[in-house]
Amino acid sequence: MTAIPTIAAIRFGSGLSPRHAAPADAAALLQGLAGPDLGVSDYPNPTYEDTLPLARRYKAERTERRALAAAARAAGAGQAARDAEKLAARQVLQVRRKLEANYAAAAMRTLARAVDARTASDGFRERLVQFWADHFTVRSKNAYEREGPSAYVDAAIRPYVTGRFGDMLEAAALHPVMLIYLDQVSSFGPNSAFALRHKRGLNENLAREILELHALGVGGGYQQADVRAFAELLTGLSFSLDKGFQFNRAMAEPGAEVVLGKSYGGGTARLEDIRAALQDVARHPDTARHLARKLAVHFVADQPDPGLVEHLAAAYARHDGDLLAVYQALLEHPASWAAFGAKARQPFDFVVAALRALAVPGAQLTGLATKPARQLLLEPLKLMGQPFQEPSGPNGWPEEAEAWINPQGLAGRIQWAMKVPERLVPDLPDPRRLVQTALADAAGARVVWAAERAETIAEGVGIILASPEFNRR
Amino acid sequence: MDLTRRFLLKSAGVIGCSAAAHPFLSSVTLAAAPGDQRLVVIILRGAMDGLDVVQPLGDPAFAGLRPAIGSGPDKGAQDLDGFYALHPGLAGLMPLWQAGELGFVHAVSTPYRDKRSHFDGQDLLEAGTGFDLGTGSVRDGWLNRMLQAVPGVTAETAFAIGRDEMLVLKGPARFTAWSPASALTLTPQSRLLLEQVYHDDPLFRDAALPAMDLAEELAAPEEQAMMAETEAAVMAELKLADPKAKPDPVAGFAVNRLNEDTRIAAFSLSGWDTHRDQAGGLKQSLGALQRTILTLKTGLGANWGRTTVVAMTEFGRTARENGSRGTDHGTGGAMLLAGGALRGGRVLGRWPGLAEADLYAGRDLMPTSDVRAHAAWVMRGLFGLERSVLEGAIFPGLDMGADQRLLL
Repeated sequence: MTAIPTIAAIRFGSGLSPRHAAPADAAALLQGLAGPDLGVSDYPNPTYEDTLPLARRYKAERTERRALAAAARAAGAGQAARDAEKLAARQVLQVRRKLEANYAAAAMRTLARAVDARTASDGFRERLVQFWADHFTVRSKNAYEREGPSAYVDAAIRPYVTGRFGDMLEAAALHPVMLIYLDQVSSFGPNSAFALRHKRGLNENLAREILELHALGVGGGYQQADVRAFAELLTGLSFSLDKGFQFNRAMAEPGAEVVLGKSYGGGTARLEDIRAALQDVARHPDTARHLARKLAVHFVADQPDPGLVEHLAAAYARHDGDLLAVYQALLEHPASWAAFGAKARQPFDFVVAALRALAVPGAQLTGLATKPARQLLLEPLKLMGQPFQEPSGPNGWPEEAEAWINPQGLAGRIQWAMKVPERLVPDLPDPRRLVQTALADAAGARVVWAAERAETIAEGVGIILASPEFNRR
Repeated sequence: MDLTRRFLLKSAGVIGCSAAAHPFLSSVTLAAAPGDQRLVVIILRGAMDGLDVVQPLGDPAFAGLRPAIGSGPDKGAQDLDGFYALHPGLAGLMPLWQAGELGFVHAVSTPYRDKRSHFDGQDLLEAGTGFDLGTGSVRDGWLNRMLQAVPGVTAETAFAIGRDEMLVLKGPARFTAWSPASALTLTPQSRLLLEQVYHDDPLFRDAALPAMDLAEELAAPEEQAMMAETEAAVMAELKLADPKAKPDPVAGFAVNRLNEDTRIAAFSLSGWDTHRDQAGGLKQSLGALQRTILTLKTGLGANWGRTTVVAMTEFGRTARENGSRGTDHGTGGAMLLAGGALRGGRVLGRWPGLAEADLYAGRDLMPTSDVRAHAAWVMRGLFGLERSVLEGAIFPGLDMGADQRLLL
């Protein structure tokens, strides 16, 4: 039986580290969770508003470049026109590079927060942020949106992971990055003044995904009519780079909407009606069951104990979606501490845990230039199957161990484990010591045996980090 | 050393062909083993403009729709059959067309309509389902369901190549995903130690052993020599058309696998989303597609005669050009077929016309056939799959229509 502090650090935290003590027990994981969010204060990201000027500049320069390109091709255009276009193209490329560099920098801050997690609660918080950010998946669809997802996580996810789920749902669903990702910005009430004038219509994407993915779950008690009505209720939510977020009544479908048996609105369209519906959707018993199962699947087992799921759902319902109460229920249930190692660490968590075990300070990561950040961390994450903030769909990353531990994904982990640590840590730890600091009593006899038989320290380190024990939780 | 045999032996026992995974599939409907026929599926991500690639010059409305993009023989388009002409970016494939090793189907689409989202469109294309199920609801791909219907599938039978996730091949049937960018360079001692470390954990052992074998096989001097030989042959061919041509690692990797025990290869080519300055962007993307096909033909050598390439895209583009010398997301498009096994030299598909009233939603080429139907006929021809399996399990709800006898 693996010791409680080991399970707490590996299953619920960011992994063991020689720099920080392992969590003593379940209570230690919860203790500081309601306290300050050190990850954000240590490594602040630009806010979403901060990112908009560069996004606007990119779009503006791109538009200008197109105009110059057209002029350069027009009959009679001279060398001057062609030079002007070339210059404009270079400027677009420069802004594009800056956007990509900012994306890489935000990725390093996200890693650094988890790598530096000081207390048991800090580590658990980072895992919860990853979980909820994945639950409310977004992805940038355009070059100028590259910085959006990190700013979104800091604004709409992090502040709410210890609050009520309904509030997180509101914040996520109404955030511009989500409105763009799930096409709410191109959804208009079919009978709204705007739609009639511009021949536009409804887009159900966000409404459907809130019911299907974010709240009730695909097997939940909703019908196509609910999706349609909910989509009509959501109309009016709008965003543009120039005007920012607006609730635009001229785009809202007139009249009341019945969603899941309850009527909303009817008078002048109001944002409050949308907020009320989101809170009600969050309170739905199917939402409690859906979230309970997702949490149990993510933290404990791909096929979780039904009793554990029931226990979490009951806590959710009893405490009106208070997530701290749900985490307490998760940590107090015996099933949460059984069958250790049933899950595979996802690539992001694998890299975090490895950097923690190697005592790499977070500031070293945020100090990396864009190119080494890509080479050492972002490209390897792609090869492991988890490009940072680029999941393939709104359902986020897969949970099953088999989805990650396949030949290509595992090859990515092994190669990283063998080659990258020595480039980040000039003085690698003795493998015989590392196997203890990285795995404690979770280390099996085979990895302990192999660690000391490697021909070089770098290979010994690689074998430990590539071992099943280090990649499971 | 027989590398292939060794690879197979090492991989034996990790093969899980789950023919029972789909209710439509039973032992009765199982087709013959993949045998010697090869299928290459290329997903053209970003929506290729079928109207510019296979230009309907014989349609009186065509020229007026695209005054600025430029098309036709003055711009280097190659006449195909008096009605259609091929974009100059694929001119290097004309010898294949003349040999009957290249063909197209025009005015095809998936059942996806109206929302014109790349993500949803590609999901549906790769899932191979109807639009009624909604996008995102099916998480396995039609090529994987095809593998489920074929006995004797090993880890090497099907390869998804590159770093892009290939939903088309995902699912319960065994396949290998690998990228030429993936490297695994282990010392013999590290490999032995890792084998020990993974020994008691089936999940890790079954992932690590094929990965280490494959990486070792790829790094072996014999294999490197063979790959260099293939590459030299391919480059000699490519440089005839373009002296600056560079090797294509993905297609080259596919060639080397298909020349051994691999029978199915899937990968993607992107860069088709030509909203602006289409003349330049499309030429580049077509250059990559042409290189890919020439690499396959030259590299596969005698096996080219047993190969069919199917290149398909999520949807077509608007019939009219837009204000920035490009085209926007549309509906009907074109698919490309190639291979020595093809009865090519034809542009198939009923031409719907480009007059205002003929367009879909007043803006797009009207689709007249389902892209899945042609893929289904190819698989029927290559692997002898029964129509009921193709229409029931692999492409649920599809009506394959009449046999166009796509293969020799």
